[in-house]
Amino acid sequence: MELKIAVCIKSVPDPAYYDKITIDAKTKCLTRKGVPSIIGKGDKVALEQALKLKEKYGGKVTVIGMAPPEARFEMKETLAMGADEALLLSDRLFAGADTLATAYTLAQGLKKMGSFDLVLTGTESADGATAQVPAQLGECLSMAHLWNVKQFSLLSDNEIQATVGLEHAVAEYIVCLPAVLGIARDAGKPRYITASGIKAANCKTCKVMGNAELQAEENRLGETGSPTWPGDITIPSMKRQGRVLEGSPDVIVEALTAALRVAGINIQRKAV
Amino acid sequence: MSMFVFTEEQQLLRKAVREFVEAEIAPHAKRWDEENHCPIELFPELGRLGMIGTFVPECYGGVGMGYIERVICLEELARHSAGLAITIMAHQLCMGGILLFGSEEQKQKYLPDMATGKKVGALSLTEAIGGSNFMGQQSTGMQQDGKWLLNGRKCFITNAHLADVDLWTVVTGKNARGRSVLTAFLMDKDTQGRMPGRAEHKLGMRSSNTGDISCVNVELDESHILEKEGSGAKIALSTIQEVGRAGMSAICLGILRGCLEESLEFSKERMIYGKPLHKLINIQFSLAENRLDYESARLLTYRAAGMKDAGEPCAGEFALAKYAATEGAIRAAKRTIDLMGGYGVINEYPVGRFLRDALTGSTAGGTSDVLKVVIAAESLK
Repeated sequence: MELKIAVCIKSVPDPAYYDKITIDAKTKCLTRKGVPSIIGKGDKVALEQALKLKEKYGGKVTVIGMAPPEARFEMKETLAMGADEALLLSDRLFAGADTLATAYTLAQGLKKMGSFDLVLTGTESADGATAQVPAQLGECLSMAHLWNVKQFSLLSDNEIQATVGLEHAVAEYIVCLPAVLGIARDAGKPRYITASGIKAANCKTCKVMGNAELQAEENRLGETGSPTWPGDITIPSMKRQGRVLEGSPDVIVEALTAALRVAGINIQRKAV
Repeated sequence: MSMFVFTEEQQLLRKAVREFVEAEIAPHAKRWDEENHCPIELFPELGRLGMIGTFVPECYGGVGMGYIERVICLEELARHSAGLAITIMAHQLCMGGILLFGSEEQKQKYLPDMATGKKVGALSLTEAIGGSNFMGQQSTGMQQDGKWLLNGRKCFITNAHLADVDLWTVVTGKNARGRSVLTAFLMDKDTQGRMPGRAEHKLGMRSSNTGDISCVNVELDESHILEKEGSGAKIALSTIQEVGRAGMSAICLGILRGCLEESLEFSKERMIYGKPLHKLINIQFSLAENRLDYESARLLTYRAAGMKDAGEPCAGEFALAKYAATEGAIRAAKRTIDLMGGYGVINEYPVGRFLRDALTGSTAGGTSDVLKVVIAAESLK
């Protein structure tokens, strides 16, 4: 069978430049000026899984992302990795979206691109890390959805078996297609991009689509369509009051451990 | 690339190569240097990624990009391992010779495996009398019973013990003015009479292989001649001038960027007199000079590579680039060691290796004095 797979990609600030990121006190948004963007590693793992599936079963891999127009570079990177086509949803109307508005917008973009057997995402983005989008996307698309998928395989044309990582266990699922899978960050190592892949990317389509073409409901987009808003941002006080303990070492140790226990730190005497 | 802006494709290539180098090369570079290990086992992977056959046309198994892209790959590799980068560079000298002067049959025979890193190449030009005096070389090729008989010894050959394909120049006669006529031959690793000799223990570029190769009564037929009898000097010169010097410029560019990045990082982290080191004005001078050395070499190198891609004569430009890059790398490495104080001479930090690599790199593909002669000659034209 040939699979139609979509992979959702988020363009995030390069962790190497985290010390240069600030938060705008007024808008409560990240100020990313001068900070390069990269594809989150978790998203690359999801893309790697999609490419492996395509290599095994044939089909097509479509990458979709929602970001400012500069993210075209990251979309091209996914094409160089081996994706067949890319769609960048980019419009001022999409700005300031929380996870629900993001999932809605991505779902509209996916519907515009056709139908898919599988939609893969990372488990969580490298910046917001809410881990909410995979499930919300599944709901928006009326598809089954799983999160933190460690591995999966096709059982038949319309069923997959997936292993999902839980806190202290794993769960096995059999899921009917189409489905949305949030792929675990440790589910595989993304391939390196080859120079030939970069050349090949020149012949692939990277479409940039605004809402004029997407025609999504405007009140469900961006900041307007986001039921979550950032609250106040304060810097926690790191002030500490010093206290000098006096006496012999034994007395100091007793006093110190007693003070720590009062502070809620459970210290137990080591059995001799 | 226009004069100052890389194309989207070139930026993506740099990003892709950097990602690979930081993950797979950087963590091992120090050990390879300490153990004199040339990681030739990486060649197939480097070939698959397109870092070896970057400028080789797709019909010969390469990527079909240009010399700017080649410089990008070598710069990124040399940022963390100049030794591995010079291994690839020397291999590309041999490939470049075949690509520029080989027959269609020779290209089909050698290039696909070389461009993909399945086979390793070497250019055997230098002899004990000195690389700068390459017209004075003493290795000979004599015709005997319809075959060519090659004898001689080459030295300081990169990839001497690793090469599957070896491009040799030998004296095959004298012209009317009594000057040597050189002819270039291609020979395979297992050719009878071809023997790698001693392996050199070098100051720098220690994760590359350098040594002697001898030919004792090596018999080759006409099919091994590159282009034609008597073309050896032209092949050697153009390969060294426009492939070798381009490569060495790129490698020293990588070392220069290493010096710049290491000096910036160290001067931000190191606290002295209660402040970061970079607050001191003399340290700021050093950082500025490291940046200037890098940027000037970068502009010269990529300009020359752009000219090469445009098919313009660029031997003079590559001489300028190599001089600026190699001398700049030596200055920057010494300056960075000075900036770091005691830490600069501790091998836990890579700057000592950068200095050793830079000093070693200045001798390959023409010493700085030879380059000045070339630059002067180009200027006097």
